[in-house]
Amino acid sequence: MIESRTQKIIIYILLVISAVLVFFPIVFSVALSLSDNMDIANGQFIPTSLHFENFVHAFQTQPLLKYMLNSLVVAVACTVLQIILALLASYAIVFIDFKGKSILFGLFMATMMIPSEVLVISNFQTIRSWNLIDTFPGLILPSLASTFGIFLLRQNLKQIPWELREAGQMAGVSDFYFFRKVTVPMVKNSIVTLAIYNFLVSWNSYMWPLLSTTNESVRTVQIGLRQLKNVDGSSDYAMISAGAIIVSIPTLILIFAGQKRLQEGLTKGAIK
Amino acid sequence: MSVNLAQGEQLPGIREASLFKALKKEEKKQARKNWCSGMLYVLPSIALFAIFVIYPFIRTIIQSFFLSDNRGFLTLFVGLQNYIDLFQDPVYLQSLWQTIIYTLITVPLTIIIALFLAVLASSNVKGAGIFNTIFSSTMGISVAAGSVFWNFLFHPTVGLLNKIINAFGGSNVGWLTDPKIALVSVSLVSVWMNIGFSYLVLMGGMKNIDKSYYESVEIVGGGFFYRLRKVTIPLISPSLFFVFVTSIIGAFQSFGVIDMLTQGGPMNGTNLLVYGLYEEAFVNYQYGSATAQGVVLFLIIFVISMLQTKLTERWVTYQ
Repeated sequence: MIESRTQKIIIYILLVISAVLVFFPIVFSVALSLSDNMDIANGQFIPTSLHFENFVHAFQTQPLLKYMLNSLVVAVACTVLQIILALLASYAIVFIDFKGKSILFGLFMATMMIPSEVLVISNFQTIRSWNLIDTFPGLILPSLASTFGIFLLRQNLKQIPWELREAGQMAGVSDFYFFRKVTVPMVKNSIVTLAIYNFLVSWNSYMWPLLSTTNESVRTVQIGLRQLKNVDGSSDYAMISAGAIIVSIPTLILIFAGQKRLQEGLTKGAIK
Repeated sequence: MSVNLAQGEQLPGIREASLFKALKKEEKKQARKNWCSGMLYVLPSIALFAIFVIYPFIRTIIQSFFLSDNRGFLTLFVGLQNYIDLFQDPVYLQSLWQTIIYTLITVPLTIIIALFLAVLASSNVKGAGIFNTIFSSTMGISVAAGSVFWNFLFHPTVGLLNKIINAFGGSNVGWLTDPKIALVSVSLVSVWMNIGFSYLVLMGGMKNIDKSYYESVEIVGGGFFYRLRKVTIPLISPSLFFVFVTSIIGAFQSFGVIDMLTQGGPMNGTNLLVYGLYEEAFVNYQYGSATAQGVVLFLIIFVISMLQTKLTERWVTYQ
């Protein structure tokens, strides 16, 4: 693609304007989080002096550190377990010739059409009847039934030639050994994509953690932020902004580091 | 499956039949073995899907035909009454209508902006990597955090948007307090939050386009818009369609933005389907009505998904 000089300049200007507009809400919040509330009330949006104490204040008002650790536990557990489950299921669907597997795969895919918001009422009753409200298993278990991983890994595994597995069987290699030593390393890229995606979704999830936590014990950081905004009053703008920035930092780092992987993975998911 | 054929080949008649039987038996044994090992791999997933997807789905459908007590236990079969009540409830009809409007605002805007950004960022300029990062950044922002960011932009007195409007001589806008405007404001937040994901998918589609297509356009002498219309958009149509459908479904599932910013208000002005369902089930404990709302939501998303599979064949061009 060869663009003329003027065309390049126009594109550049548009890019800069767009970048400023897209990034603006984040920058604005960073500015607020470092400001003095008096300045904010007077319409002074560029901090005159830096007030890092807003961050300390946010951590004191709600136990955000504890919430972050809770979120980390939930996100890591969800990510790891979802990947293991998806690897196992997609491996069987592609490489083991068992009766009913196409029906099973169809059924898994069909559940994609059921939005989790519809299931939330009954799942809440299940988790409550198991006495798992305010526990990590209660937060994690319902989100493990996820189709995206199975779908993505199946696409990937299908590209591994069957002959490879037949050769393995000739050599007397067990299914599980082949699974562990051959297929898993071959879909490493997809696993990284899935890990980034699952972590993002899990860290950012909102509705289920809102329903399944009633106190601080396992509450996630998103619901902590909700408490900060809705419960602790909304007059301390600087402190609440600081809280929102704190919550966003882990996932922003993940997006910055993993956008390429994520892009490739999502493209595979989109184009089929 | 090792049956010694070398021996069998020399034996005619009856022996052949018994060999065939043995083979069949071996095959059956193998099939059973395969089934068992296959099941071993998929059983954890089957169990989770059964407990947390299939069971609650069926239970939701059943519960929508019943009255329930406030702990969620079924008490009385009422047939379609929950549904009849639902479609006579002005608040529900309002939320249905508002969800449609919200979808009509957010989906086209998100896609147009994301497409615009992807077209810009895919041109060969220096520093494209930085722009790529910035444009996809909103995917890393949670609903809760994004809502907090925008809450301050919308704030009636200290918010920046009103400051800007004032600077141009306009009067304050009640972004989240005016029932006529709140839905649009909430839609804007959703558009911003969804740009990251849509951008990433569209950009991924563009990166897959074979450079030779663009070279042929250059030979023909086609300009920027010609290239966009004749090459880029048709060739990213699978990505475009994917973003389109996931955005529509996502819009019908919106909850966090509403809960964080408006709680469905003012005057139910931002009450969307899932927020209504949540309130009915977890604030009012009206499980019959809430599950009926859930079933209607499922049916809407089901129809959209069905249309997707039908329309993909017709509209989407594959390279």
